Amino acid sequence: MAVDYTPGELMVAVAAREIRDGEVVFVGMRLPLLAFCLARATHAPNAVGLFENGIVRDSPALAFLVTMSDGPNVAGALWCTEMREIMGLLQSGRVDLGFLGGAQIDRFGNLNTSYVGPPGRQTRLPGSGGGADIAGLSRRHVVIMAHERRRFVERVDYVTSPGFGEGGDWRRRVGLPGGGPAAVITTLGLFRFDPETREMVLASTHPGVTVEEVREETGWPLACAPSVTVTPPPTGEELAVVRRFDPDGFWTRDRG
Amino acid sequence: MSVGAVLNKVLPLAEAVRRHVPDGAAVVLGTALEALIPFAVAHELIRQERRDLALVGPISDLCFDQLIAAGCARRVVAAWVGNVQHGSGYGFRRAVEQGLPHPIEVEDHSNFTLALGLEAAALGVPYLPTRTLLGSDILARNPRLRRERCPFTGAPLVLVPALAPDAAILHVQRADAEGNCQAWGATGVSAAAAKASRIVIVVCEELVEAAVIRSDPNRTLVPGFLVTAVVHLPWGAHPSPVQGHYNRDHAVYRDYHQRSARPEDLLAWLREWVRDPGDHAGYLEKLGRQRLEALRPRSRRLAAPVDYGC
Repeated sequence: MAVDYTPGELMVAVAAREIRDGEVVFVGMRLPLLAFCLARATHAPNAVGLFENGIVRDSPALAFLVTMSDGPNVAGALWCTEMREIMGLLQSGRVDLGFLGGAQIDRFGNLNTSYVGPPGRQTRLPGSGGGADIAGLSRRHVVIMAHERRRFVERVDYVTSPGFGEGGDWRRRVGLPGGGPAAVITTLGLFRFDPETREMVLASTHPGVTVEEVREETGWPLACAPSVTVTPPPTGEELAVVRRFDPDGFWTRDRG
Repeated sequence: MSVGAVLNKVLPLAEAVRRHVPDGAAVVLGTALEALIPFAVAHELIRQERRDLALVGPISDLCFDQLIAAGCARRVVAAWVGNVQHGSGYGFRRAVEQGLPHPIEVEDHSNFTLALGLEAAALGVPYLPTRTLLGSDILARNPRLRRERCPFTGAPLVLVPALAPDAAILHVQRADAEGNCQAWGATGVSAAAAKASRIVIVVCEELVEAAVIRSDPNRTLVPGFLVTAVVHLPWGAHPSPVQGHYNRDHAVYRDYHQRSARPEDLLAWLREWVRDPGDHAGYLEKLGRQRLEALRPRSRRLAAPVDYGC
């Protein structure tokens, strides 16, 4: 049976599947927040969520959230503390998985959310927030972003949040303790990273998307897994949960 | 029981801002991230046409964008500047990209390094080491951050120098007249910001008797001896949320986003919502009782009392 869903809802479902039961997850905002709610409600009932403002909770927020500091994310939390406590957990290796968004990404998973364009004609984006910290310090991280050629570039204009740098053992050489990106979830597909070269590899295309379409929207010669599969679409149960936490589609409708 | 002479630090908003935040000051605000943002103080800075401020804070939401667009800032030390609900802050973008209304310097950080800078100042040490930002262009382009080797292990580290603003502005749920203050919900970098700063202005929803603070000392954010002035200003964080008092007024962020893409529209927004109302009372009057009441929590969620008996 075909179920109607938006690109945002699909990305949330795919992101939720990255969360394993019992994991400590640095949640962040927007789609990852919904992914955490979805994972908790389905296959990962023992996942714990951390928020950089200082919130730790093991249950979904009481109501729809626009920001992590909204009242329903505080009420019923396990811990409301300071940012340094959360960042300390991150830096000491206690965070299994962190989520990130980005404006621009490159073939080694480096993210730019700071300055786009050539010097002198740069567009200023909001900046890192906690993004660079999550990318550097969590045991693994997952990126969620829109897939467009102008965003998927050979080399980002500015590395805000490091992925695998120049590839290979770059992270170890620069001294980053975290494991780097485990997946990139886009509007077109799901990507992993080659364990040796650390280059981004197309693992699955979303239903209705061809490998050729993904290549056209990617600014470098894209590597593909030996057998590129089709991303399983969200189930009826998954969609019901996502819509419960985003009832008006604020984060998941028309944001493909 | 004698607790010494009570100092009364309570000042009206305009007086506290006039006296303690001069032109050129480095001010840390928005320290609890999206909640407890002292918007009323930011708006008063705009009304008093403060100039050449250095704005310090992790993410700041709309607050920095408004101060920058109004021409109050010369320098920004932050991890993120924009509109959390909608993305870009157009005031910030215009200042960086086009130098409008005048150029600003930006010192880029991540949330963690901004927090560590304040923490170092709060602890009275020249810097704190971290492993974040290794390999990031934030480290490469921010000359204040330094990459060094750990003297014990030889591992690469980033040294974040102490960041000591002139003034910290904290919005809290309650304070007494001496500035002993309590906040609940996530507090971000609030305590570190207060300890790092020479001047601390506390803005509170409720001005309470000292006995209320002393009934629950574990909830104290900052003790009064660190606090310079107390401003009693209900709704002073609107449109940001204050747990137990009001929810976030999302419509303001949407309205500002829609009306700030063009500079003339943004200035008109500031005129309509900041300058023309004249003061905070005028701002609340313009919002209207009905809109404010709709932001009140729908139910109460009281914490279980704790027993400090001895």
